[in-house]
Amino acid sequence: MRAFEYREPDNLEEVLSLLHDHGEDAKIIAGGTALVIMLNQRLIMPSYLISLRKLAGLNSVDSADGALQLGALVTHREMETSPVIRDQIPVLAETFRQVATLRIRNMATVGGTLAHADPSQDSPVTLMALDARVGLSSSGGSREVPLDEFFTDYYETVLQPDELLTHVQVPLPKPHTGSIYLKFLPKTEDDYATVGVAASVEIEPSSQLCRECRIVLGGVAPTPLRVKEAEALLSGQKLAPELLHKAASVVQEHTDPISDSRGAADYKREMAGVCVRRALEQAWQRALTESP
Amino acid sequence: MTHTIRLNVNGKEHTVEVPSRRLLIDCLRYDLGLTGTKEGCSVGVCGACTVLMDGKPISSCLALALFADGKEIVTVEGLAREDRLDRVQQAFIDYGGFQCGICTPGMVVTAKALLDENPDPTVDEIKEWMMGNLCRCTGYYKIIESIQGATALEPGGE
Ligand SMILES: Cc1cc2nc3c(=O)[nH]c(=O)nc-3n(C[C@H](O)[C@H](O)[C@H](O)COP(=O)(O)OP(=O)(O)OC[C@H]3O[C@@H](n4cnc5c(N)ncnc54)[C@H](O)[C@@H]3O)c2cc1C
Ligand code: FES
Ligand code: FES
Repeated sequence: MRAFEYREPDNLEEVLSLLHDHGEDAKIIAGGTALVIMLNQRLIMPSYLISLRKLAGLNSVDSADGALQLGALVTHREMETSPVIRDQIPVLAETFRQVATLRIRNMATVGGTLAHADPSQDSPVTLMALDARVGLSSSGGSREVPLDEFFTDYYETVLQPDELLTHVQVPLPKPHTGSIYLKFLPKTEDDYATVGVAASVEIEPSSQLCRECRIVLGGVAPTPLRVKEAEALLSGQKLAPELLHKAASVVQEHTDPISDSRGAADYKREMAGVCVRRALEQAWQRALTESP
Repeated sequence: MTHTIRLNVNGKEHTVEVPSRRLLIDCLRYDLGLTGTKEGCSVGVCGACTVLMDGKPISSCLALALFADGKEIVTVEGLAREDRLDRVQQAFIDYGGFQCGICTPGMVVTAKALLDENPDPTVDEIKEWMMGNLCRCTGYYKIIESIQGATALEPGGE
C-alpha cells in the first residue's frame, strides 16, 4: 500500500472542503471493505484518504414524508436488523442480509456499496427497484439523483470527485405492492451473486391486474440493469405463465453479461430469465397477500 | 504520516504510533506482538483474521489500524481469564473443533460474539453466523457441535 495523508473530519463542511481542495487526488473511506483491498493491491494510489468514521449525522434511518431516509454511513448489518426497515420495507432488510458475511456487513456502509458501483452487488439492485434516490453534496451545493440515473459503467457513477453521497431516500411501498430480491448462488452462500433480481409488483386489488412493476438485475451488465420494456409488458396484465416467459425473454435480450468465475455469459443470460420469472411470481404472490 | 492511536486490546490500554497505511492485523501482530490472530486470504473472505471491534466481528485484514482508535478490540488472546479457558475454547477442545488450528483463532472469537449476542442459538443460527469462517480440516460439523457444547458450559470458563 502506498503512503497517504489521513484525515478524519467530524463535520460535513470539512469533508466537503477537503474534497474540494483535493478531489482528484483524494479518496473517501467509509467501511473500507472495498477500498482497503484496492489500496492494498495498488489499484488506486490516492494522496489523501478522507475518513467518514468520525462524521456525525449520517448514520441513522429516519422515517418522514412517506419515505425512509438512510444515512450514507448506516452499515449493512444495521440495515438488516433495523426494526423500522424490517417493518416498513422488509425486502430491504432481506437484501442486505444476503450480502457477504457478518464481518463484512458489520463494516460495509450504504453509501459505500452505491459509490463502489460493482454491478454484482446486491443492495443497489433492490434499491433501484424501490425507486430510491441518492443525495449528493459538494461545497458548491447539493443535488438528488434517481438511482436509475446514478450508475454509468463498471465501478463508475455520476459522483464528481468533489462530491459526497450523503443519504438515500426510499419511498415507502404503495399498498398492494409485493417486492422480492432473489440472489442466484450456484457456489457458496457468501459469494457475490451470479445473477441477482429485484422485482416489485403493484396490483389492482379487485381485478388483481398489475398496475406497475419494476424489474432490476445485478451481475448481467456493466451497471445494475432496469428493464423498462419488460415492465411495460406486465402493466395492466394478469399473472400468467406465458406473460412471465415473454417478460423473461425481453429481459434476456437486454443483458450483457461477461464470463467469469461465477459463470459463463450464456449461463448467466439463461439464469437471468429463470430468476426474473421466479422473482415476478413471488413478488406477485406477496402483492396478493398484502391485500386486505 | 504517522498517527498516534489509543486502543484497548483485551482489556489493556495501548498507545501506538502507526503509519496511516498500517492494517489492523499488522498493528496487532507486529506492533503489539499478538500473533494469535492469523492472516489467510487478506481480502476479507476466509475469517482467519477475525477480531471483535466493540464486540462485533470484523476482518482485521480490511481495517486500517486507524479505525481502532478509541475502540475496544478482542483477539483470541483475550478470551481466557488467567488459567481458565473461555467456554468456547474449552468446547473446541472437548468436541474436536479443530485439527491444524489455523482457522481456530477466528472461529472462537466469532463464536464468542455469537454467544454474547444469542446465548442459545439454533443450528441454523450458528451456521448463518459462522458462514464466513472457512476451515479446510474439520468439515464444520465438529465446529457446530463445539459451539452447541459451549452453550452448556458456564460463561467465562469451566
Ligand atoms: C469478502 C467480500 C465479500 C463481498 N460480498 C458481497 C456480496 O455478496 N454482495 C454485495 O453486494 N457486496 C459484496 N461485497 C462488497 C461490499 O458490498 C462493499 O465492499 C461495501 O458495500 C463497500 O462499502 P464500504 O462502506 O466498505 O465502502 P468503502 O470500501 O469505504 O468505499 C468504497 C468506495 O466508495 C467510495 N465511498 C464510500 N462512501 C462514500 C460516500 N459516502 N460518498 C462518496 N463515495 C463514497 C469510496 O471512496 C470507495 O471508492 C463484498 C466485499 C468483500 C470484501
Ligand atoms: S485474512 Fe482477513 S478474512 Fe482472510
Ligand atoms: S482446523 Fe485446519 S483450517 Fe480449520
